Amino acid sequence: MSVKPAPRLRGKDLVGIDPLSPDEIQLILDTADEMAEIGQRPIKKVPALRGKTVVNLFMEPSTRTRFSFEVAEKRLSADSLNFSSSGTSVEKGESLLDTAHNLEAMQPDFIVIRHRHAGAPHQLARALRASVVNAGDGAHEHPTQALLDAMTIRQRRGRLDGLVVAIVGDLQHSRVVRSNILLLSKMGATVRVAGPPSLVPVGIEKMGCEVHHRLEDAIAGVDVVMMLRIQLERQGRMNFPSVREYYDFFALTPERFKLAKKDALVMHPGPMNRGVEIDSRVADGPHSVILEQVTNGVAVRMAVLYLLAGGSGEPTSD
Amino acid sequence: MTRVQVLDAPGIARTLARMAAQIVERAGDEKLVYLIGVQTRGVPLARRLAALIKAATGHEPPVGALDITLYRDDVGPWRTAHLQPLLRATELPVPVDERVIFLVDDVLYTGRTVRAALDTLMDYGRPQAIRLAVLIDRGHRELPIAADFVGRAVQSAHAEDVQVHLKECDGDEGVWIVKEVAG
Repeated sequence: MSVKPAPRLRGKDLVGIDPLSPDEIQLILDTADEMAEIGQRPIKKVPALRGKTVVNLFMEPSTRTRFSFEVAEKRLSADSLNFSSSGTSVEKGESLLDTAHNLEAMQPDFIVIRHRHAGAPHQLARALRASVVNAGDGAHEHPTQALLDAMTIRQRRGRLDGLVVAIVGDLQHSRVVRSNILLLSKMGATVRVAGPPSLVPVGIEKMGCEVHHRLEDAIAGVDVVMMLRIQLERQGRMNFPSVREYYDFFALTPERFKLAKKDALVMHPGPMNRGVEIDSRVADGPHSVILEQVTNGVAVRMAVLYLLAGGSGEPTSD
Repeated sequence: MTRVQVLDAPGIARTLARMAAQIVERAGDEKLVYLIGVQTRGVPLARRLAALIKAATGHEPPVGALDITLYRDDVGPWRTAHLQPLLRATELPVPVDERVIFLVDDVLYTGRTVRAALDTLMDYGRPQAIRLAVLIDRGHRELPIAADFVGRAVQSAHAEDVQVHLKECDGDEGVWIVKEVAG
């Protein structure tokens, strides 16, 4: 008698899209679709993670992602503790690992971490018993963002396979673009990226995407246009002459958006710089799904926490 | 493995017809009737009952689907299930408030599924009443829960498995008591 094994996540952690199989991505997206319904109920709370403790360890500023994780944790009835780096032991020089070991001594089940250094979540995942969820590590990965983007595209298009997605903007500093290239190409979509040469990392095409240096070339005929934020705070040395100059060449304006498919979607991971990378007429226009992305972020994070709670407990190997 | 058939396809049809008649008789104001099936096999059973009620009264009650996974007591801190079960859709086409809900499931056993279903429903609103209709009651309750409408009560041992197959989910149709023979 052959019994089909129940789908599940193999690892105890979600450190990135890279270690996930297409089946695991599909499982998270399917679960998230059902989780979304909870947000429509009069009582937006289910007891699934009652008695579980989540530590939100945000070592870098974040509003949207931190709130989204907190809402997800509360909707599943988990207890959440928020830890931010200012005014804490981190300022007193404690190492990340020492901080994490101290937190683990309080028996949390999950640690959600945002850190400015790539690989910080992986380090914790190896060292701790708790499930570690990467909420953004340096310019490396932001897996729940890519999952919520995929969920939003799938809701609108019914599939990911065969679609063409253009990602435009600051590719150099973006963890969103890395996670999205990995996820979309695993799921059978084609990814084109575009940005000024000074903001396109060397070798990005090896991740399996087409590289363009003109926005117009990248978005011609695509199903989805995903605009990235110009991270003004990270432009210590400006990589382009002026914000105005950037707008002239790389902003998504209504005229340029006409080059995409007639029913193309406009996405942005937020927060937006209106009038820098995106024109308000597009951001607020009928093709924009930017606020759906925010709503779906909660559902995706609920799905990830729920599925990891039932995981096999094997440490992530990568 | 021994497999004893309790109901065949015509037997299921006759049983559901009787249950539908009892529901109509007990319902009072038929406009308040709302059938909600527990995922997975409760859902087609609720649909069949709704069709039978429509044939008898001319009024078709709404049918909903309820997924109780997130309310189960064998996951989470008291976990006995090894893996998180897959979520299925909850679809309630009209609000539950002020309705008389007929909760429909295939097998009533420990009562834990019904407990979870009651908690789930309460998070959607305040029904006027909730009644329980099951195709099979196999006994061995672990909670103080009883069905209002029972298609067939069967004697079963803990070690036995009661299998309900419906053509909508399984392709074939019937109810069996299955016993794994050791060795």
